[in-house]
Amino acid sequence: MTADPTGAPARPRSATTAMLDVRGLQKIYEGRGRSVEAVRDLTFTVAAGELVCIVGPSGAGKTTLLRCIAGLLDTTAGEVVLEGERVTGPPPGMAVVFQEYGRSLFPWMTVRQNVELPLKEKKVPKDRRRRLVQDSLEAVGLADAQDAHPWQLSGGMQQRVAIARAVAYEPHLLLMDEPFAAVDAQTRADLEDLVRSLWQRLGVTVLFVTHDIDESVYLGQRVIVLSNSPTVVLEDVPIDLPAERDQLTTRSLPRFAELRSHVYELIQLAKSGHRPA
Amino acid sequence: MTAATLGRRSPPPSWLLGLAGLAGLVGIVELAPRAGLVDERYLPPFSAMAAALAEQAATAEFWRSLLETLRGWATGLAIAMVAGVALGLVIGGVPPLRAALNSTIEFLRPIPSVALIPLAVLLFGTDMRSTLLLVVYASFWQVLVQVLYGVRDVDPVARETARSYRFRPFTQVRTVIWPTALPYVMTGFRLGAAVALILEITGELIIGSPGLGRQIAVAQTSGAVAAMYALVIVVGLIGVTVNVAARATERRALRWHPSIRRDLAG
Ligand SMILES: Nc1ncnc2c1ncn2[C@@H]1O[C@H](COP(=O)(O)OP(=O)(O)OP(=O)(O)O)[C@@H](O)[C@H]1O
Ligand SMILES: [Mg+2]
Repeated sequence: MTADPTGAPARPRSATTAMLDVRGLQKIYEGRGRSVEAVRDLTFTVAAGELVCIVGPSGAGKTTLLRCIAGLLDTTAGEVVLEGERVTGPPPGMAVVFQEYGRSLFPWMTVRQNVELPLKEKKVPKDRRRRLVQDSLEAVGLADAQDAHPWQLSGGMQQRVAIARAVAYEPHLLLMDEPFAAVDAQTRADLEDLVRSLWQRLGVTVLFVTHDIDESVYLGQRVIVLSNSPTVVLEDVPIDLPAERDQLTTRSLPRFAELRSHVYELIQLAKSGHRPA
Repeated sequence: MTAATLGRRSPPPSWLLGLAGLAGLVGIVELAPRAGLVDERYLPPFSAMAAALAEQAATAEFWRSLLETLRGWATGLAIAMVAGVALGLVIGGVPPLRAALNSTIEFLRPIPSVALIPLAVLLFGTDMRSTLLLVVYASFWQVLVQVLYGVRDVDPVARETARSYRFRPFTQVRTVIWPTALPYVMTGFRLGAAVALILEITGELIIGSPGLGRQIAVAQTSGAVAAMYALVIVVGLIGVTVNVAARATERRALRWHPSIRRDLAG
């Protein structure tokens, strides 16, 4: 794959162009006689080309936030603006990788058909579609598994198919909701490196939700730490680690340890119900 | 140790056991009347039934009736399938519609099709359409209810995936809802096919529309008991064939489905 297989004009990676703008987002789930305020007031911006991680305690509303950004869920108050357009339904320039990869891939289709279907729906011409499918499957190391069905693959391979499907779609914004929570540690490390290399190669903006502190520090340029529910932003932590990262050296840097403990402390605060003044 | 190993011989295959059971039944039906255990006027020996069947097979009447039965059954089932699948997808896909129609379906579904015989005769007389009405009514609910279950079974994550990639409603039906519902549609087809055959024969027997059912009634009134049994056997064979064919289709169409996948592995 070349640096930009889209052929689209390269987007500048300047911090001034906002890809995503979340303003005063509130989400209250209305149930029968019971309402849950999952997200109270979230405001943050993600610049084009950034890789931002979101961490927070379990039940903090991370999935809720992601589903609001993805246009899969209506907001109660506030707004989500993606590339200058207010999100009211699933926006065109976005792809989501769900945590439940096994259920997100269609078992009645082969790997290739799974990756190709969104492109067909987007009316990408056949030749280009073929190339995108081929390139994205090669990028995740699954070019040989094209004709297999998802259920014939291991968990890590399935999640790579889901990533290939998202990448082939050429989104401007890639949303990932705890995508590696269900795979083993070794596979997880490989997939983390895969995400970083795809991000660097394609210039796509990535919003990555995780509950794993190490993962967030290793992957992100910024880590947004959420309070517990009803959720607000506790702190926006810039990760000033070198851009070239690898599992061994990066994780053994003193700065990595500092950032990691800082985020860890924040999460502990969040769990104990601490909120910013 | 040796005794245990010897004792653990693999059991005979199930089809062989099934065949043995069938042979046993044929043996009993052959011997019981001959031994005078049952009256030959009510249960002739199997050989007599077989002879009557051969005799039937030589008449044009038999083949015409067989064709009528198959045609009525297939037509009714086809109408029920098309209507059941189409309405099931629409009703299942529109939750308010589903909620509104739920009680209506629960009321209409349990009405035994045979209770509609007077109505059918009023409408169409002893025409084949009378029986068709019964067949369609009975098998339609089987199909509809299964399709409704199927549509409800769509995985929320698969649905959200389809939405997030902005699939149009028709694509969602074609690529997500339909494949999920397919196992249920197959079950609906199998159940509907069996019920349709029952109602087809019932209609022919009671209303007198043309087909094997009517031939059975004719044989009975004219005292041709062996011929009557021969026709019953033919109807039974049709039922078995339909079921086997439906299962084979199911297997082929659902290679990806967990139930079939396990079968292949095992
Ligand atoms: N459909 C729903 N209806 C009602 N309440 C919900 C619904 N979905 C989530 N919630 C509530 O909203 C809050 C946030 O849930 P959410 O799934 O967004 O958390 P999360 O941060 O993704 O948690 P985890 O890390 O465990 O995945 C929880 O209190 C949860 O009970
Ligand atoms: Mg979650």
